[in-house]
Amino acid sequence: MAERLRVHVDPDKCQGHARCKALAPELFELDEYGNAHEAGDGTVPPGLEDKAWLAKSNCPEIAIDVIEE
Amino acid sequence: MSDVSQPAAHPPVSDWVNDFDHTDPQWTEDPFPIWDELRAASPVVHTDRFLGCYMPTTYEAVREIANDTEHFSSRRIIVRDVRPEIARNAAPPITSDPPVHKPAKQLLLPPFTPDAMKKLEPRMRAICNELIDGFIADGKVDAAARYSKYIPVQAIAHMLGIPESDSDLFINWIHMILELGIKDESKVLQAVQEMSAYFMGHIEARRSKPTGDLISYLMNAKDKEGQPLEESHVLGSLRLLLIAGIDTTWSAIGSSLWHLARTPADRERLIAEPELMPTAVEELLRAYSPVTMAREVVKETTVSGCPVKAGNMVLLSFPAANRDPKMFPDADKVVIDRRENRHAAFGLGIHRCVGSNLARMEMQVALEEWLKRIPDFRLDPAGTVTWSQGTVRGPRQLPFLLGKAM
Repeated sequence: MAERLRVHVDPDKCQGHARCKALAPELFELDEYGNAHEAGDGTVPPGLEDKAWLAKSNCPEIAIDVIEE
Repeated sequence: MSDVSQPAAHPPVSDWVNDFDHTDPQWTEDPFPIWDELRAASPVVHTDRFLGCYMPTTYEAVREIANDTEHFSSRRIIVRDVRPEIARNAAPPITSDPPVHKPAKQLLLPPFTPDAMKKLEPRMRAICNELIDGFIADGKVDAAARYSKYIPVQAIAHMLGIPESDSDLFINWIHMILELGIKDESKVLQAVQEMSAYFMGHIEARRSKPTGDLISYLMNAKDKEGQPLEESHVLGSLRLLLIAGIDTTWSAIGSSLWHLARTPADRERLIAEPELMPTAVEELLRAYSPVTMAREVVKETTVSGCPVKAGNMVLLSFPAANRDPKMFPDADKVVIDRRENRHAAFGLGIHRCVGSNLARMEMQVALEEWLKRIPDFRLDPAGTVTWSQGTVRGPRQLPFLLGKAM
């Protein structure tokens, strides 16, 4: 069964390291201060699952959740 | 021009666990085995030097302290022999605590986003190539003195809108504040006065003729109430940008080149797989993190189960955290394609380095342009590599022979 993933950035934890944007530019956006949020509703398009996990495992603030739906 | 004198010596260390000293020559030369020894002893160690100072030795203990602004203040961020008066607006936001920290930080963030850095990249590539043009025909070079040093100086000068030709002036102030100042407070005061006078001249010039640079940006910035920033705030932030932006990245680029000079396999791989460079830059930042910060304990608490008492300083060693094997498998090895890397080279928590995107861009460009023109290089056995002491660690002499070994 194909699982669907969704990413979410906790805005209280994000400090703008921008690692997620560098590793998965399709899944994250930065605001004017360089702090990150998920693109759209965070749904991970097929084929980008690996990038979602990579972004999570490189966030120094542990601010990113990958939710399996 | 440059003041190359060294601070006065401390008594040598014989018991690292109970009497550590980050200015000891052994630490300067090779800190990694010392950190392993301290970490094996306790997540938090203490020294009576520097009027009392703790050091968290694990990644978790460093994270705990970085995220705890209630017990740990940033009003003093360098561990020194003395505890000078706390200056108002010393260097906001790095010396600020909540609640004044956030607005001061938000002011500085927009000019340093990844997109803003992309605009600076072509100038950086040109600067790197101009520097390489200056020595490539010689077949040898001190890469710290003639390459890694000038890349961040010229970048921040370009952003601030001050002459790139004043580089040696800035480098001397930084040496006075970050190295000599640990043991001689008068050097810090002298450097701060000189920097303020220097920047006041540039501020005056912009009153009649505004420019599009960072000095004008700060002069025109408004605080939460819509009021212009106090002059001391503008000067403090300008000092911060100049100090924090230079010998940090100088060190990171220098350490990376030092690693590549000694590791032909990594060099060859980066030339064959240039798309690996951003990942490699993160790993080099982890393994050779240049910046150690500090906090002051303002309220008694515990860290990783260890009691810490108010009045002590904390040596907040992000470099040591990044070598914690519990957090990073093969922590003592440079794995240039390391996939999972939550390194803390730019700090953790609210004080995350404002210039991290600039530093990353500079490192990537500096290494790419170097490898394009100088794919083969090695340490010159006739020379000596020397490392800076104290708050920022990186090579200050880096003698290389260029070209293939005969």
